This record gives sequence, structure tokens and C-alpha cells, in this order.
Amino acid sequence: MALTTYLEAIRQALFEEMRRDPNVFCIGEDIAEYGGAFKVTAGLLEEFGDMRVVDTPISEAAIIGAACGAAMMGFRPVAEMQFIDFISCGFDMLTNYAANSRYRQGLGIPMVVRGPSGAGVRGGPFHSLNPESFFMNTPGLKMVEPATAYDAKGLLKAAIRDDDPVLYFEHKFLYRRIKEDLPEEDYIVPIGKAVTRRAGSDVSIITFGAMVHVALEAAEKLAAEDDIDVEVVDLRSLLPYDKEAIAKTVSKTNKVILLHEATLTGGIAGEFAAFIAEELFEELDGPITRVASIDTPTPYSPPLEDFFLPNAEKVAAAVRKLAAY
Amino acid sequence: MSIEVVMPQMGESITEGTIIKWLKKVGDVVERDEPIFEISTDKVDAEIPAPAGGVLLEILVGENQTVPVNAIVARIGEASEVGGSPAPAAAPEPAAPAAAASNGATAPVAATHIDEADVEDNDAEDVVVAGEPHGIRSSPLVRRIARENSVDLRQVTGTGISGRVTKHDILAFIESRKAAPVKPTAPLPTPAPVAAPVSAPVVAPVSAPAAPVVTAPAAPAAPAIPAYSASDAVDIVPMTSMRKKIAERMVASKHTSPHVTSVFEIDMTHVHKLRERNKRKFEEQYGAKLTFMPFIIKAVVDSLRSWPIINSSIDGDNVVYKKNFNIGMAVALDWGLIVPVIKNAEEKTLVGLSRSVNDLASRSRNKQLKPDEVSGGTFTITNYGVFGGLIGTPIINQPQVAILGVGAIVKRPMVTEDDAIAIRHMAYFSLSFDHRIIDGAVADQFMAQFKKTMESFKTTELD
Repeated sequence: MALTTYLEAIRQALFEEMRRDPNVFCIGEDIAEYGGAFKVTAGLLEEFGDMRVVDTPISEAAIIGAACGAAMMGFRPVAEMQFIDFISCGFDMLTNYAANSRYRQGLGIPMVVRGPSGAGVRGGPFHSLNPESFFMNTPGLKMVEPATAYDAKGLLKAAIRDDDPVLYFEHKFLYRRIKEDLPEEDYIVPIGKAVTRRAGSDVSIITFGAMVHVALEAAEKLAAEDDIDVEVVDLRSLLPYDKEAIAKTVSKTNKVILLHEATLTGGIAGEFAAFIAEELFEELDGPITRVASIDTPTPYSPPLEDFFLPNAEKVAAAVRKLAAY
Repeated sequence: MSIEVVMPQMGESITEGTIIKWLKKVGDVVERDEPIFEISTDKVDAEIPAPAGGVLLEILVGENQTVPVNAIVARIGEASEVGGSPAPAAAPEPAAPAAAASNGATAPVAATHIDEADVEDNDAEDVVVAGEPHGIRSSPLVRRIARENSVDLRQVTGTGISGRVTKHDILAFIESRKAAPVKPTAPLPTPAPVAAPVSAPVVAPVSAPAAPVVTAPAAPAAPAIPAYSASDAVDIVPMTSMRKKIAERMVASKHTSPHVTSVFEIDMTHVHKLRERNKRKFEEQYGAKLTFMPFIIKAVVDSLRSWPIINSSIDGDNVVYKKNFNIGMAVALDWGLIVPVIKNAEEKTLVGLSRSVNDLASRSRNKQLKPDEVSGGTFTITNYGVFGGLIGTPIINQPQVAILGVGAIVKRPMVTEDDAIAIRHMAYFSLSFDHRIIDGAVADQFMAQFKKTMESFKTTELD
């Protein structure tokens, strides 16, 4: 079987879920005729028609609002943000309306809001965002971010089948760079479960999304050059996040690096750090260490963007320091 | 409102001290600055004055207990406050944990062997529990492991940044402790090992010249099962901290330097006469006794100037030549040995040297030396001749590279240059030197110059 890209895995999930459940439909800008800015939705219109693959005006508030209404009427909408940066235009719908609905009026909103996130593709400040911290403090939302093609497919299926609103962040840097052999049969990746990508004994890196690959690259480098054995944990789900998996790896290596691509200050690593400090204090043999992007908007300039983002070298330096602590 | 008396810091590198004697007991009235206890540290023994006047309310650390610097050892307050807990009896264990039990709390009871007393259940706030001594760098995990395994972190050598005790350090420590258990049935508690244990003093047999002692011991040899028990006809007495330090230093020096000793016979008649002629006048004029030592020091400095390698140290692959001549002189004490240092001896006249020698010797015996006065030496002189010893092979005081031993001055019949036999005051001087950097030819030329200087002191030196 041919290898499936991360992008293709998302497309497969959409096709399979729309075939499986007639209530699933897609809505967004340029997703039908054009097939989406990244061609994630290419071919959906042809198979499912314009009642289930809906092009909209350029209004994220309208897209998410419409999706919320449809969800309340029994549908399972998958709303696409052309770039996840623009999810902020639908912020009110998500945080004040979708997230509260089950608690306010007993109505779950089985909606997925998905879109390309992340930097590294010279997208500049409007097309590179990692917005997870905007929603971390919103009870009622779920949030996932796959790092592999397998998870991209399995997490999207789980999100579509979930009875509450799920934000699904797909990292655009991974779209065509990551490929793997996927199982033929139907599967899901459960929301809220992390996975260990590399077992190690000296230092844990807890991360997600594109940074999983940066962490793995750093781990190989450290194993070869410094004889430091790094464990890499891929959270996959950010809200709720897998506290058990974090406890397991911290209790194993006793030294932890929290890595994300979003900028440092106020990033969700702070939440994980607080959890570890509160619950796992006596497991720590060194300071909880965060590695993240520099606190600026994402630069347009390629050298500046490279400087801005975490990379294997920066991660390795942090690991070396922590290992020696 | 009571005032806490703490273990003082007797020098920058000192981390702990042992209370060797309480000079006051609970209930005694003490004046401010009046000595209230005696301590022994790595460097000096000293009497510690009261920080305030009042009544000694309680003694928290008994005699022979070792506590970290700044641990509270006693409280002084007003007479009305008397009635706290009684002073703990002199602890049977020589190195119990920091036992700063608060008022009303029972002092921790020592475990049966090297484990620290387990005082976890003691919820008095200022109790220093096992595993959490003040000032040791570790981590929350390490402190938990220490608590769970009753490890005193002061005993663990840290390899992390700034000497931090890491998880690996404490696990390795626990592992090594398991590997070498101290027989728990030992009738007397074994002293807690010092921070950097040297191997047990199993000295290589003298007859084995190529004994493989050069390689530093990677890990302390597993201690032998105690050879004695209280049922044998023996007294088992723990070593004092000074004695342990001396033992450690002596073994370390022999491990470090290949010692060679060269002996010269020196005619002291001239100096003897100088001294006899001047000692009364000297004493009247300067109020100091004139001994041989200032002459010896002066001749040593004079010779060191010509042979600077003797006044050096080894640092890795470098030889470090010392520009000052700081001459240590070993002073025998009833309870051990100490080496106060005469700093910048090259700047002193015979009068100045006499004063320094007398002052340091008397303060050594009165335990009033300051830590800085026993450090920084560049060369050492040891005078075993005072007890009649003729020839010795002294051990180098590291990191110095040579030490001069002074034998007894005795009258001997000597053949003079014109083949007559004369009665002369003679003494043997031994130079032990570090053959890593000093060869015999250099050592002997140094000694030849020293001999010449000793035998030709000018009378004007005393003016």
C-alpha cells in the first residue's frame, strides 16, 4: 500500500466519516469548488454534493455560528478555517457559545473546527499561528493536534464522532512532509491519550504537533553525541491532556522539558509546568524547562523565522543543561 | 525572648563543626563574649563566646555531636525562662545528625549504624530532618529519596551543576552503602563517614617499594568487618574530628607525592652561641624568648629564594611557584597536631619571627587560632627534636612539595678541619620532598645552602 501523507490522512478521514454518517458535512471558505487552500477537501464536492460541502463568505464568525446551529439541529459539521490564525474572528462563537452550550442549555455541540496551524513555511504573522493557548482556559472545548498521519486520521475521526466541540489543529508544515502506511480498517485515536514516541531514561520531552519531530531529531542527536537518553512524549490531545502519561514519564526520568511551537509567555507549557509542580514536585530532579518560540509575532524573514522557532539544536542545548543539572 | 546560639562559621570552606566540650551547663549565668563551648572543625579547635549575656536556657547539641554551620546549638535567655527541656546527655554517637530539636521535642535517637536518626515523625518546625540538611544543593526528588532511605545528604558527593546532588548521585550512594553494610551489631556506633571518605588506612607494607598506591582510590575499599567488639579486652574510642582529618591528610599526602627524604648534619654551635649570648638581652628588650626556630626559618627562607621549586605546588600539569614564603610550623598538642603559618616570613627579622613563633605556638595550645592562620602555607617545618628525635622522615603537608624536619641538637665529638676533635652542637635536618618535581640534586643543593646559612649567621642579625 502506498504511503499516506498527513494531509491525505485528514482527507481520508473526512471522506470516510461523511460516508459513514450522513449528518457529517463540511463548511468553509473555498472548500468545495476549489478543494480548499491546501486541497484537503479536494474531491468532496464531487462525491457528496453542495449540500454537504458548503462554500461560505469570508466570515469565520458566520462559519462557526452556522456550524453551531447545524450541530444543535442534529448535524455533525466540520468547519474549516482557511488558516487557523483566523479562528480568532470566530472566538466569540467558540468561547461564549459553543463551549458553554452543554452546560447552559443541555445541548452538546458536536462540531469540529479544523484548520492549518503553525509556522516554518514562511507564512509570516497572519499565516503561522499556534492558537492553542487562546482556548486552553475555556472549559467545554476540546483541542487536539496530531503529529503523524496515523493520528491525523484517527484524531479527526474521533473529533467528528465526539458530542462536544473539538478544535482540530493540523500543522501545515507536516501536510506533505510526513507520510506513513495507514491501516485499511476504520480506527480512531482516542481524545485525551498521549503516546510515547521514543523511550528514554535521562530526560523527558513533552510536546505535540510538529515539535514532536524536532524533539525526536534532538533525541537522536543527543544519543549520538552526548549519550543522553531522551524520552519523547507526544500529547496529541491538549484539552483534556493526558496527566497520567505526564506523571509516568516525569516519574521515570525526573527531568522534563516542555516544548511547543507557540511563543513562550502564556503558552500552554505553563499549564503543564504548573501541573507537574503541583502534583509531581517530589519526582523532580531538575527545573521544569520550557522551550518555545521567542515572544514576537512570527517573522516574515526566513532567517528571522528560523531564529524565532524552536529547533533540534535549541532543544538539545536545553536537554544538555537539564541533564547536567 | 531567647537568643539562639549557632555553630559559627570558622572559615569560608568550613561546613560543620563538632562540639567537643560545653564550658557552661543549663542554668548557668553567662556574660556576653564569655566562652561557652569548645568546637573542633576541619581546621581549628576554638572556644566560642556567648553572643549575648543571660542564662543558658538549653543545650540542644551534646558533646561530640557534629552539626552544620549555623545549626542552633543552644539558647540563652532570661532566668525566668528556665525550665525548658534538659540538656541531652553527651551523645554516644560522635556524628549524630543536626539535632536542633526545639523546646519540648525529644532529641533524635541515633539509629544503630551509619544511618542518620530518623526524625521524620518529629513535627517540630525547626528540626533538621534527615535528608534535608541546610545548604546542600539537591532537588525535590533527591530529598524525597534521602528521606525514604535515611540518607544524610552531606555524605553524598554531588556531581551536578555547582555540586548539586543528583538522582544518580544519591542512588549510587545508596547502592554503595548496601554493598558495604556496617555490621549493625557493632556495640558502639560507627562514626558517620566523612564527606569524602578516604580508603581505610591499610597502609601498603613498607617492604613493598612498588606498592600501587599512586592511583587514587576510585571508591573507598569496602570496610572490613569490625575486628574488635566491646567484649574483647579493648577500649573503643571514636577518633576526634581533628584526628580523622590528620589521618585523612596523611594518607592523601602519601598517595599524592612520591616522598624522598635527604638528611644533612648541621653544626649548630654557632647559632647556639649566638643564642646563649643574646637570649637574656633579647628577652628584656623584646619580651620574647629567643629559640632556634627563628634562625631556622630565616635560613629556610633564604634558601627557598635560591631554590624556588621547593616553595611551589603542583597544579595539574603546571608547577605553581609561590612568590611569598609562608612558613608553617607544626605544633604538637596534647590532642593532636596543628600547623599555624607565618605569613610572608621573608619580610620579618629574627625579632619579628620570634614574636610570630611564640604567638602562634601559644595560641595553638589555647585554641585561639583563626582559620586563616592555619592555611596558605608554602613550606613546613616540623621540630621533632624537642622530644629528642634525631632523624625523621616527615610527610609533606599538601599541596606543598617539601617539609623540613628538625632533629634534636646534641653535643657530639666532631673532627674539625685541622683534624682536632672538638665538642660541637650538632643536629640532623631532614628534607622530605616530592620527587615528582624535585630531584635529589636540587633538594641537596637547597639543603647545602641551608646548612651553610645556619652555620654562618652573622651576629648583627640580632641587632
